[in-house]
Amino acid sequence: MTNIPKKLFYSATHEWVRKDEDVLTIGITDHAQTMLGDLVYVELPEPETGFETGQECAVIESVKAAADIYCPISGEIVEVNEELLQNPQVINQDPYGKGWLFRLRPFENDFTNKLLNADQYTKQVASEAH
Amino acid sequence: MSGTIFDISKSGRSAKAQMPKGVNEKHNIPKNYLRKDKPLLPEVSELQVVRHYTNLSRKNFSIDTQFYPLGSCTMKYNPRGVHRLAFLEGFLNHHPLSLDENSQGFMACAYELQEILKVVTGMRGVSLTPMAGAQGEFAGVAMIRAYHELRGDTLRDEIIVPDAAHGTNPATAAQCGYKVIEIPTGPDGNVDIEALRKIAGPKTAGIMLTNPSTLGVFDQNIQEIAKTIHSVGGLLYYDGANLNAILGKVRPGDMGFDVMHINLHKTFATPHGGGGPGGGPVAVSERLVPFLPTPIVGKTETGFRWLTKEQCPQSIGRLSAFMGNAGIILRAYMYARLLGQEGMIRIAEYATLNANYLLTKLRKAGFTPAYPKRLASHEFIITLKNEARDLHINALDVAKRLLDYGFHAPTMYFPLLVPECLLIEPTETESKEVLDAFADTMIKILEEAKTNPELLKNAPHHLPVRRLDEVKAARELDLVYNPQLPSDV
Repeated sequence: MTNIPKKLFYSATHEWVRKDEDVLTIGITDHAQTMLGDLVYVELPEPETGFETGQECAVIESVKAAADIYCPISGEIVEVNEELLQNPQVINQDPYGKGWLFRLRPFENDFTNKLLNADQYTKQVASEAH
Repeated sequence: MSGTIFDISKSGRSAKAQMPKGVNEKHNIPKNYLRKDKPLLPEVSELQVVRHYTNLSRKNFSIDTQFYPLGSCTMKYNPRGVHRLAFLEGFLNHHPLSLDENSQGFMACAYELQEILKVVTGMRGVSLTPMAGAQGEFAGVAMIRAYHELRGDTLRDEIIVPDAAHGTNPATAAQCGYKVIEIPTGPDGNVDIEALRKIAGPKTAGIMLTNPSTLGVFDQNIQEIAKTIHSVGGLLYYDGANLNAILGKVRPGDMGFDVMHINLHKTFATPHGGGGPGGGPVAVSERLVPFLPTPIVGKTETGFRWLTKEQCPQSIGRLSAFMGNAGIILRAYMYARLLGQEGMIRIAEYATLNANYLLTKLRKAGFTPAYPKRLASHEFIITLKNEARDLHINALDVAKRLLDYGFHAPTMYFPLLVPECLLIEPTETESKEVLDAFADTMIKILEEAKTNPELLKNAPHHLPVRRLDEVKAARELDLVYNPQLPSDV
């Protein structure tokens, strides 16, 4: 069964969001990495770049497919996980931990109502498996 | 796995009888451009060359040796008679720069193919010039752009593409400078028409659709889609990849499409694979005729002649030096003539019959169709998500195990929206016996998955190479062979 931690927020496009003080950490969900399979390539955004909600901001590629990562909340990139460039399979091994993609400073403080909680995301994953 | 030809190289050994004559003649190449060291070539006898490559060729997996149900790619038989005709000396030795009066034979064939394609697509104009499907798509969307621009309608910067589309569709739209807007597919495999209505508007330049889609189903709302797009001033692009499914039954022009490309290898059985040569003619409705890429073959009272930018000033122009790949155009023409009107209808009927026969057999044997309520068109999808959940066997394992039994694997993990999928396209050229044998093998593999899953996990067992490390292949791509010749060691 796919792992969907209760304490995180989610986007409909399978990114997870964690709030660490005033910065958000973002990655892809366990479900997303399972669907994509073994990852072979990651392209990360430049730090200090701003992105709108829903804007494409990174690319990940697996042996099966390439997928865009959409910025779940508008904000400015403050840090990216450089280790992924050398070793993208970290995302497969630890999607919610060492496999984080980037950190951003959100442009707006009240973002949680724009994201899904764990229950809502669980329902979405279930409905996709038609 | 045998080694490379360099492994049997020995310094000083050569097959001089095969050497081109006159290589040591006087030349005008400046000295500083001449190489100083010997080129790195294997030094082998003629027999060694013949044996090495004959043995390699025996490892080939091809339509001439095995069933090849590669969905979306249409690996069907290319009739030998058609190759023979394209090899007639008059065609083979014809120079593309010959005068029109000396080219009437080839031009007649090309002209008639243009006419045939107009009839089967229900379109008003055809250009054979795109060198392959991808260039046909590029030409098609370039025409959409030219059409809007000529009308001064320059604010349209969006092309709508369904999430089930071939990857080339969004790539083409982006290449032509458009923003790609993705629309979802409903649970029945049709485009989500409500989502389309919300997206279509004054910024819509067009929509790119494959129908039947890559999901192997015919979009039942096509007329509604055409109406929606046309009512906002957009155009409809038909990706002709699956034209073989509907040939002679329903025409893109009648469905409301404005422009399309045709993959000659899929529908008209020209050779396929190995990267070409390809053929991607474009066909258009009345309003796009002036924009067709040149050259086109025109017919006058005194015979056939080339139409170029001079006669077609609004054309998007040339896409290559000459008109397409001549040999491919000839093969498609001859194939069309061999079949005739009645034969073309048979292509669609047998492609659809074969797909539905196989789908039904697999469904009865316990496989899960991705769209159980729909009839297949020329191809269909089964999803192995249940097997993945219950037996921990995925689509890749089944695909690899099929190789052991002498079948090429179907397309896997495409379209992306169906989990653990196999996209199976038997084509119209396979017999019932072959379909039965394939179905029996799939059933056997499903049984193995339950009783001895390791057989699948470690497949293939009987090929020259075992399971390949795809991650390593993608991460550490190494295409340059830089041998240490045995004689140097």
